[in-house]
Amino acid sequence: MKLSTNFLKDYLDINIDTKEDIYNLAENMTKIGNEYDFQGKLINATKLIIGEVVECENHPDSDHLHVCRVDIGNEVLQIVCGAPNVRKGLKVIVALPGAKLPGGEIKRSVIRGQESNGMLCSIAELGIENKFLKEEDKAGIHELPEDANIGDDPISYMGMNDGVIDFELTANRGDLLSILGMAYEVGSIYNKKVKPMDLSYKEKGKLDFKLNIVTENCSLFLAKKVENVVIKESPDNIKERLIASGIRPINNVVDISNYVMLETGQPLHFYDADKLEGMLEVRMAKEGEKLTTLDKQERTLGADDIVISDGNRAIGLAGVMGGYDTEITENTKNIIIEAAIFDSVKIRRTSNKILRSEASNRFEKGLDPNRTYMAIERSCHMLEKYADATIISGMEVYDKTKKEDKKIDIKKEDINSLLGSNISDTEIIDIFERLAFKVEKDKDILHVLVPTRRMDISIKEDLIEEVGRIYGVDNIQGRLKEMPIKKGTFDSTLREIRNKMINLGLNETLTYSLVEEKEANMFTNKKMEDIKILAPLTEERSYLRQSLITSLYKTYEYNVSRDNKDVCLFEIGKTFFKDKEEYKEENKVACLMSGEYYLGLNYKNVDFYVIKGVCEEILDYLGYNLRYSFIMDKEKMPEEMHPGKSALISVNNDVVGIIGRITPEICKDEVYVMEINLDKLLAKKVGKMKYKELSKFPVVKKDLAVLVKKDIQAQDLIKTIKNNGGKLLLDTKVFDLYDGKGIKEGDKSIAFSLTFGAQDRTLVDEEINSCIDKIIKGLENKHGATLRK
Amino acid sequence: MKDKIEEIEKNALQELDNCSNLKSLEDLRVKYLGKKGELTALLKMMGTLSKEERPVIGSLVNKVRDELEDIITSKEKELKKKEIAEKLESEKIDVTLPSSKIRRGSKHPINRVIEEVEDLFVSMGYDVVSGPELETDEYCFERLNLPKGHPARDMQDSFYITTEYLLRTQTSAVQARAMMDNKEKSPIRIIVPGKTYRREDDATHSHQFNQVEGLVIDKNITFADLKGTLEVFMKHMLGENTKLRFRPSYFPFTEPSYEVDVSCFKCGGKGCNLCKQTGWIELLGSGMVHPNVLRVNGYDPDKYTGFAFGTGLDRLAMFKYGITDMRLLYANDVRFLEQFDRKDI
Repeated sequence: MKLSTNFLKDYLDINIDTKEDIYNLAENMTKIGNEYDFQGKLINATKLIIGEVVECENHPDSDHLHVCRVDIGNEVLQIVCGAPNVRKGLKVIVALPGAKLPGGEIKRSVIRGQESNGMLCSIAELGIENKFLKEEDKAGIHELPEDANIGDDPISYMGMNDGVIDFELTANRGDLLSILGMAYEVGSIYNKKVKPMDLSYKEKGKLDFKLNIVTENCSLFLAKKVENVVIKESPDNIKERLIASGIRPINNVVDISNYVMLETGQPLHFYDADKLEGMLEVRMAKEGEKLTTLDKQERTLGADDIVISDGNRAIGLAGVMGGYDTEITENTKNIIIEAAIFDSVKIRRTSNKILRSEASNRFEKGLDPNRTYMAIERSCHMLEKYADATIISGMEVYDKTKKEDKKIDIKKEDINSLLGSNISDTEIIDIFERLAFKVEKDKDILHVLVPTRRMDISIKEDLIEEVGRIYGVDNIQGRLKEMPIKKGTFDSTLREIRNKMINLGLNETLTYSLVEEKEANMFTNKKMEDIKILAPLTEERSYLRQSLITSLYKTYEYNVSRDNKDVCLFEIGKTFFKDKEEYKEENKVACLMSGEYYLGLNYKNVDFYVIKGVCEEILDYLGYNLRYSFIMDKEKMPEEMHPGKSALISVNNDVVGIIGRITPEICKDEVYVMEINLDKLLAKKVGKMKYKELSKFPVVKKDLAVLVKKDIQAQDLIKTIKNNGGKLLLDTKVFDLYDGKGIKEGDKSIAFSLTFGAQDRTLVDEEINSCIDKIIKGLENKHGATLRK
Repeated sequence: MKDKIEEIEKNALQELDNCSNLKSLEDLRVKYLGKKGELTALLKMMGTLSKEERPVIGSLVNKVRDELEDIITSKEKELKKKEIAEKLESEKIDVTLPSSKIRRGSKHPINRVIEEVEDLFVSMGYDVVSGPELETDEYCFERLNLPKGHPARDMQDSFYITTEYLLRTQTSAVQARAMMDNKEKSPIRIIVPGKTYRREDDATHSHQFNQVEGLVIDKNITFADLKGTLEVFMKHMLGENTKLRFRPSYFPFTEPSYEVDVSCFKCGGKGCNLCKQTGWIELLGSGMVHPNVLRVNGYDPDKYTGFAFGTGLDRLAMFKYGITDMRLLYANDVRFLEQFDRKDI
């Protein structure tokens, strides 16, 4: 809402003139909850003066320039001017040397040999936006009327010495989308009463017009007729207020409908009465019904749009824009004025779909029915005064609204106990009176009458907010309430996993949950249903991801394309899927690793065993040591993974994630990924960390190498070793793998380092050898292993 | 005899001087002090001397022998030291070559800020809680006094999945959950950091962003408590000199509602590009929990009051680290991520 301070002064007796006044007003409004985007003068130009062209000769060295002598009262200046309309005897706006205009500073100069001491200005050069300009304003310098007084300030003379504050209002303050609403609000700050509006006019004749309201989405509809209007240009002060408010002046009648909307907040529509059939109907549009709006656009409507009809066809899109067929033209004589209230939700949906307008903006936020009546009367007053209209007696009224002030009871304690303040009854009553709310004090209870214009106020707390904001938030001292001392709690597990991943050399990322359709179920076994966004912003973000790896792989590609070669990323986040009509989300940790991991001269690139190390570090850290295994299962592996270089991560024999290389079909570079479902993993309980007695006796290390078929996995051999090694076998490690020279084709040699020991004694050779024999037997029987000698 | 001794001594000292390695030193020791050495030989000849000469010569030989032994020992030490030094010198490496280590990880700036906020509020007795990102209309809107038809819950602004489910537009959804989950309807003190989603995407709005929500419900909670709490919060995050400005505003789930500006930390309030010359930066939304919200979630508004606040963590992270483009937070360029690899101060 652009507030013109001149407009405001029509209803409030305040001095808002200087730049400083305007700034202070804007800041004071901000303090009570009304933010602004812009504040300043309508015209930002200095050193302007009214002058008269007393001589005008063609420039000797130019075919379009003129050399003028301009009388500015106390002296006559020579000024070179290029405007086609400059001529002797013209009253003009002169920018003196040193004048600051929106386009720059004016300096004394010599133009093609002729001295020029200033500039003759057009309206555009004063900073008025192009859309507000008339053709003649665009073509040349501004021509002031004959009666303009040489030496005076042209801005004041034109009535353009105005201030503008562009407010960004909150959604609940529809009442401030009007000069009257603004006047009440500003009045509460400066403690000034709002001046009454002139609603007087004479009536004659008798209205012969019908209404037919057939939808519940219209709660109030008023129609009044005026006749014999004279269409012409509006007077300067009306045009200026419209321009300052951001509305383009058109003609006196159209301008009045906008002017009254600005004053009252009630949008109006004027129909050319002679183009109607003597009636107006309000109904819902038919699906696919067509209507050409004022802007000559053909709109296709739906059953959720409210329309005004003349009984046959739609002639207006209710609350949004009127129809082209019945608009006011230069030839219009008789007018039907419409002032109505339509359902705000319906209007918002329609305007979001079709177009937003000054009117729809006001309907969406809700309107005060008392203002609807006021707007009709104000229009009649203005049309009589500025368009020579004859007002026809009587009005067609359809009214389902309540128009009584709301009564809310409140006590001082209610206010102070919510605000933490100490405001007295006198101060509270003063605040309500500043807001022009009627208050009656009955012992300790205040009966407050809230006017209908304040639709945002309905409960006690709303009144407390009013008191708080007018009293001044800065006047309430902040405190920290003493609360029972307790320890705040939070689950640090995710944070610990994050820190562990960071310590393992990975960069944490934060990626988008929304991905494109084909990515949604990548890196999953495709068993769960995707979740699609009903109205996505872009195809790229239209589905919820089922796997974090998808996002990490995208991030990898992004980085590689920027020459970031060594990419090791992780993310802790959620993934989503649909399972049997139920929407599920899961917490996961995932990582992607590629390129150099071990740095230095002996650098090493990431391979399967590096990422496996990261995975084991996480699982061991979380306490799952000895409880997990890596299972190769082509059937269950996502097709995006290399079948020979990936595995399922199983904890307590339950699959909690995947690990391995992305298939070269997707990425020819070696990129390894891992994902663990944290909800599943962390649900598996682990025991407390507990000290285990150190043995006082030495351990014995023995190496053991066996020959086995190549496809036998180390994990299985270790299992067999452990099963046969008994209690004395403390640790088993693979330390060598060999399938080169001397080993039969299809076989491999795998060597283990075994550690034996006991808590209570030093082991003797016999014991150890018997263990090893058992282990070898086990390996022979289970895996066909032979001892490598 | 005496001359002989002196000559031996003289020769030995001269040879010692020329001795440059342990091997020749050992040879020298053997030559003079060994079992068959020259001095030892002299001692063996003692029997040939007179009774009077014996002790004199004897002590002289011993003196020379001790002397030589001392000198040889110290020479030996010296040579050993030299030898070790030479050996170590030959093992010299280039200490400026690169170290062997794994790459260094880093923590995303938004999570750094989340952890900082969590730690602060946990220290003040708040619980950190979380809730679903795929939220129901009921918890995201209805239970927060956003009735059907309210502008903020339009299709235009939210990512709906069905008419009932949507991606939460605000962490406030967890407010209702916390109140509903509290069966005893006892006081609540929580913060909720987390991801939120809105149907907008431009240079200053990401469709996915992070918020932290705070909610306190108890007897006699006032706006002054809210003000005091946010003062502590913002001073902690942005520096002790930070000033706050509460502007009355409108949110459906609080009444009264306030937007909170902080004094611009770049210019200190004088006006700069960051604060668009106003000296203030809008950072939080807050207010007293709307009685409807208390009521619908099982708290009696006549007994309990509460305050709630929320702020965007993405912006907070940008301010804290001087990140100028919001899109960097989600692009995850490794060159960006790697900058957040150390302890905060």
